[in-house]
Amino acid sequence: MNPYPWLEPVMFYLCAGVALGAAVGIVVSRNIVRSALYLLGTLGGVAGLYFLLHANLLAVIQLIVYAGGTLVLIIFGVMLTSRTPWVRYTPRRGEVVAALLVTAGLLLALLRVFTTTEWSAGARTTAGPAPVADVGTRLLTDYLVPFEVASVLLLVVMIGAAYLARPEK
Amino acid sequence: MTIGLTHYLFVSASLLCLGILTMALKRNAIGILIGVELVLNAANVNLVAFTRYRTGAMDGQIVAVFVILLAAAEAAIAIAIFMNFYNRLATVDVDRGDRLAG
Repeated sequence: MNPYPWLEPVMFYLCAGVALGAAVGIVVSRNIVRSALYLLGTLGGVAGLYFLLHANLLAVIQLIVYAGGTLVLIIFGVMLTSRTPWVRYTPRRGEVVAALLVTAGLLLALLRVFTTTEWSAGARTTAGPAPVADVGTRLLTDYLVPFEVASVLLLVVMIGAAYLARPEK
Repeated sequence: MTIGLTHYLFVSASLLCLGILTMALKRNAIGILIGVELVLNAANVNLVAFTRYRTGAMDGQIVAVFVILLAAAEAAIAIAIFMNFYNRLATVDVDRGDRLAG
């Protein structure tokens, strides 16, 4: 049925590797511009994972809104809020150790939960790619109220951001 | 070997932990915002993976769309606040924003 059974694992490990490698780069990099660029790698890798998960529309939205919009906003923020874009902030060693211990504990706990839990089998587990029209129909029927609230929220955010970022008199 | 739900959950958990690590270790307010974006992405991977492998309905994908929307809104407001912060203190070092501390 599937002529390339090896393709999905290869693409999964490629996308997951890019996403996680870039995320490690974000943590390690002491340069905020490089962190923002590594974020692009993470967003792209996660978009690839969405494609593998049959979420076509979401992958495209991820690339347009996140990589195209939010990331550019962050880079503009970096440019507007540092005298030189190459400022470095180095955390103290004790902070690094404490943060690593806490997150390693959290990660181990989560992995243990994932490997021991018996997830209930779903109604259908091998659905094909979701048609974009279906997502749109659901959005305008079952999810109409959240959709409208989100529209109002975006309006409020637009006005609020313009108000907050206005120049001082 | 086939890729299953657990693989995606592992990726999601790793992204979550790296995001928390970013939030803990960055002094730059924009670095912390980047950490928040990582955490939101981890949550989205979880939602979509459960949609694909368990529920089969599209609710997870739709919720993920709303999460992306909220992340964009949050980034816009956060950047506006950081610009105010920078105008007042000439830095975005979060440790310097302690004027309200007693």
